[in-house]
Amino acid sequence: MTGQGLLQLALYVVVLVALVKPLGAYMAAVFRGERTFLSPLLGPVERLIYRISGVDPAHESDWTRYAFDALLVNLLGFIAVYALQRLQHLLPLNPQGLGAVSPDSSFNTAVSFATNTNWQGYVGEATLSYLTQMLGLAVQNFLSAATGIAVLIALIRGFVRREAGQIGNFWVDFTRSTLHVLLPLSFILAVALASQGVVQSFAPYRQATLVEPLLMQDQAVVTEQTLPLGPAASQVAIKQLGTNGGGFFNVNSAHPFENPTPLSNFLEMLAILLIPAALCYTFGSMVNDKRQGWALLAAMLVIFVPLLVGAFAAEQAGNPRFDALGVDQAASAMQSGGNMEGKETRFGIANSTLWATATTAASNGSVNAMHDSFTPLGGMVPMWLMQLGEVVFGGVGSGLYGMLMFAIIAVFIAGLMVGRTPEYLGKKIEAYEVKMAAIVLLVPCLAVLLGTAVAVTVPAATASVANPGTHGFSEILYAFSSAGNNNGSAFAGLSANAPFYNFALGIAMWVSRYWLMIPVLAIAGSLAAKRATAITAGTLPTHTPLFVTLLVTTVLLVGALTFLPALALGPIVEHLQLHGSH
Amino acid sequence: MTATHAGTPALSRPIVLQGIRDSFTKLDPRVQVRNPVMFVVFVGSLFTTVLGAAAALGMAPDAGRPGFVLTIAAWLWLTVLFANFAEAVAEGRGKAQAAALRSTRKEVQAKKLKGRRVEDGHTLVQASSLRRDDVVLVEALDVIPADGEVIDGVASVDESAITGESAPVLRESGGDFNSVTGGTRVLSDWLVVRVTSNPGEAFLDRMIAMVEGAKRGKTPNEIALSILLSFLTLVFLLATVTLAPFSRFAVASSGAGTAVTAVVLVALLVCLIPTTIGGLLSAIGIAGMDRMVRSNVIATSGRAVEAAGDVDVLLLDKTGTITLGDRQAAAFHAAPGVTEQELADAAQLASLADETPEGRSIVVLAKQRFQLRGRDLAGTMHEFHKFSAQTRMSGVDLEGRRLRKGAADAVRRFVEAEGGAWAVAVTQQVETVARGGATPLVVADGKRVLGVIELRDIVKGGIRERFAELRQMGIKTVMVTGDNRLTAAAIAAEAGVDDFLAEATPEAKLALIRRYQGEGHLVAMCGDGTNDAPALAQADVAVAMNSGTQAAKEAGNMVDLDSNPTKLIEVVDVGKQLLVTRGALTTFSIANDVAKYFAIIPAAFATTYPQLDALNLMRLASPESAILAAVIFNALIIVVLVPLALRGVKTRAVSAAHLLRRNLLVFGLGGLVVPFIGIKLIDVLLAATGWI
Repeated sequence: MTGQGLLQLALYVVVLVALVKPLGAYMAAVFRGERTFLSPLLGPVERLIYRISGVDPAHESDWTRYAFDALLVNLLGFIAVYALQRLQHLLPLNPQGLGAVSPDSSFNTAVSFATNTNWQGYVGEATLSYLTQMLGLAVQNFLSAATGIAVLIALIRGFVRREAGQIGNFWVDFTRSTLHVLLPLSFILAVALASQGVVQSFAPYRQATLVEPLLMQDQAVVTEQTLPLGPAASQVAIKQLGTNGGGFFNVNSAHPFENPTPLSNFLEMLAILLIPAALCYTFGSMVNDKRQGWALLAAMLVIFVPLLVGAFAAEQAGNPRFDALGVDQAASAMQSGGNMEGKETRFGIANSTLWATATTAASNGSVNAMHDSFTPLGGMVPMWLMQLGEVVFGGVGSGLYGMLMFAIIAVFIAGLMVGRTPEYLGKKIEAYEVKMAAIVLLVPCLAVLLGTAVAVTVPAATASVANPGTHGFSEILYAFSSAGNNNGSAFAGLSANAPFYNFALGIAMWVSRYWLMIPVLAIAGSLAAKRATAITAGTLPTHTPLFVTLLVTTVLLVGALTFLPALALGPIVEHLQLHGSH
Repeated sequence: MTATHAGTPALSRPIVLQGIRDSFTKLDPRVQVRNPVMFVVFVGSLFTTVLGAAAALGMAPDAGRPGFVLTIAAWLWLTVLFANFAEAVAEGRGKAQAAALRSTRKEVQAKKLKGRRVEDGHTLVQASSLRRDDVVLVEALDVIPADGEVIDGVASVDESAITGESAPVLRESGGDFNSVTGGTRVLSDWLVVRVTSNPGEAFLDRMIAMVEGAKRGKTPNEIALSILLSFLTLVFLLATVTLAPFSRFAVASSGAGTAVTAVVLVALLVCLIPTTIGGLLSAIGIAGMDRMVRSNVIATSGRAVEAAGDVDVLLLDKTGTITLGDRQAAAFHAAPGVTEQELADAAQLASLADETPEGRSIVVLAKQRFQLRGRDLAGTMHEFHKFSAQTRMSGVDLEGRRLRKGAADAVRRFVEAEGGAWAVAVTQQVETVARGGATPLVVADGKRVLGVIELRDIVKGGIRERFAELRQMGIKTVMVTGDNRLTAAAIAAEAGVDDFLAEATPEAKLALIRRYQGEGHLVAMCGDGTNDAPALAQADVAVAMNSGTQAAKEAGNMVDLDSNPTKLIEVVDVGKQLLVTRGALTTFSIANDVAKYFAIIPAAFATTYPQLDALNLMRLASPESAILAAVIFNALIIVVLVPLALRGVKTRAVSAAHLLRRNLLVFGLGGLVVPFIGIKLIDVLLAATGWI
């Protein structure tokens, strides 16, 4: 590890934490329906939307209705994205004249964007028209993120309300998330990114003459290069902010047109964790005990920071086989040292591992380096962060509601140990909540492990694996960890744009989005109906370092116990093989 | 208290022997399926046994070494048996008590009345044929045939069969002492009893069912925990089952070794699923109920026992719980111009015929202070005046003197009627005494006011410390008393309760409970009278005194056989202990898994990836011994923890945060570390004996 690298990591964490309170407080005000400094501008728009769509913002609903509305909007989104892809050759804003996308790939991408996974089975610049990108993917980037935030807000109301039947109006939460939170932030970020050189254009792709012609293996001489363009800056902004991650271009933010400079890189990384982190504060503020929010943020950081430093150390340490060959892998003024394979020189090791860790801690999935080329342990960090259930920051909204499910389980076991039937934030945790929270924990494990098990058995699936042995296993495990936790990050090395993976991963994404969202809303409904218990010295405090430790242990233990055998057969043994034989 | 039930030791020889027998009868799949975690072990045992047999017969060449498979199978069966044993032993203790109770329920003849009065005449019927609302006559030495309510007569009743208390108690119609329990015996006189329960629903039946655990449904929290354990089992099932294809893929792509065998996967699964808590869960529940019974409290449901742990407001009756029960004379305050000895002398004379504890305490105090002996008034001209609600005074007319003691206003009227003058100083004395939380009694000799006797409630020794402990645990104590605010406040301060309800009426009590519940508290109280019934029904945990009325017992969800109001504190403790034990063993069980992974994972894939031996932190001798050691540890830990499950984890009077830190350290960290040591030891033994 280099001091300069560590300093960059520290700077990132400090800036992130500094932004938590202002943004978190703003969002709390938005969802409480209070006036904010943007209200004069956005308030009339919001009211206009309600008037046009016939929504009565004062009318609240119970959890089943809320869930129905959320699913409905996602279903419509799915249909829209699917139809846009299948019909894009007939629609405008297709300067390259790209043809219809295949049904399996369209299905995969539609599920992927509706579920906020944004697994990138497609090659954006080669298959998707500008219209599909903007009206399909970019719109879903907003809507899927807004759905996640809305569900979280409903869950928070469940904790706050007493003996209530309603948990809010989905359309209001959904509209406010989009209009007051995602749009203004995206606007600021898009402008900032465009200033750094991220492309924003409707013009067709440009042909550029190469300065130095290339001689290909088949003796053909290449003198020209196609430079893809498009409305990238606006889409990259929401892709980062909404923990979406589906790139405009195939190589995502490693592409110089998506992420040209160290500053754009820093802003994009910041955007990954910004909303998930700030929502912790929003949570604390809305449950009227800010310490509760800080405790959850602390739990996330306690997991995030060591894994970040660990991944950085693993990458900077490089490949022991090179040492054996006498290759100098030490960092110096002349070289970054360590493992630079698959990393962009303009970002280096620290910023590549930071991105990899942040993007998998949050369910973003965008990349600025190829995770497949990381060292075994460096690659295991992003994989395990996803397997933890995307609760360390996680998706916007979904990460925190996932973490709250872990909190419910942690409180349940710990609460017993203080001799009371367990309660969290004054609400008793009973059989129903335990059952629903357990479903939330179980479903992603199910999707990841069963999906991987099928994939390693079916010849159609094993054929897509580029690397043999343990690394090939890691590639498959990584793909299902990503889809089964709605991350969307790809390990690469796996040719996943094949019918098997398009369908299997699509199902994994679908299951682990909605079969988590529904139980979470069920808990929201059940909690809202309960009366609140009084806080006494006999109550388990849930804002203390002790509780943070407990929550972290629960998350890590569940993640470790579920995935250790699989990880042992993938990155762990690969690491041991790499180090054992030199 | 004399407890018939408390004598049984935790694990006596006959209980253990019976437990071993029952462990085998519980192998019935219909019994096993009730516990999902142990059912998985049961199926795993069956599967490995069949696999082992097939391997031994040469029919399953890939299953592994037959000796190894069969040994694993044997230890898996032992795991099931150990869990059965834990439950059987817990039940066994209850059964022993139930047998003792049942022996008191002999078939008796009942004298069933044709009408509602003795004169109506009766016929002899079997007690078991009595229905609700039948009316029976019970005469001296008869056994009361069923639970009921006395509607006529007064009798002394021996209730030792139920309570273990040998002193007979008085039962009479009307008032708060009108309930009788089937199986108890009338010692003198007679009673007419209206039967209040149908056969099989009587108190004794409920009690037997409860201690036997026969009717024990799972409690809400137990259900929630079972759900969590089932989900964990499912997660581990997934993690292990998917290892088969993972391992096959690894073998195919690395071209080395053989795929993991089924027996290893079953062993891994059984080690990972929470068998420790799964095997002990029902034993913990039964033992919790049993602890309640041992403290002579019968809960009507397990739910109530669990709720007791949640209680954070205790409504305690002042009398009998906080104070010794009777007010005692504490000081004499003489009026101006009267000596203290003169006052004491008059007070003693006025109290000679007063048989109340208060009266006796005055005689005793006078003797202590001035060596005034209780005098024999035989041969003197005297007439006693008993206390009555009208006069609110008592005293004696002795050789022309008219000595009286009583409430200040009553004595004032008496003195003024005698033609005397009331001294302002006495009013001040009365107020001073009352402000101090004591009861003032004014003594007069004809028209002279002599002074004030201070009657004090004596707060029980140690109760203040007990309340401080409860406060530490987050439990608020509220004293309920019929006294006026002034008196109540003084005693509340002395006893160290958090709050008090003075001049308590049943309505005020009910309103107080509702108010606390509205604030999100769970309230426990105890009561005995019919007028307590609404409050008992409202409270979350309501302990009715066995001496109380049928209405009170019906309204409460627990009955204290000792009729001791202090029991409320014990009840809360038992409830907490039950929950703590569950949580502690769950934590321990899950924490154990870490070590088991480090034992089994390297062993399971040793042939494909020998590099994984780097994870063999315990340096276990061989793959087979590693797996076997983990399985053996997993089985033995259940037996080792049986006493803890039955006894319960000790609760302490500390805050929730302290308790959690302590239990996490002991059971969480302990749960991580202990199996590393245990598995290593077993492995060393296995290697040393050359078994593996």
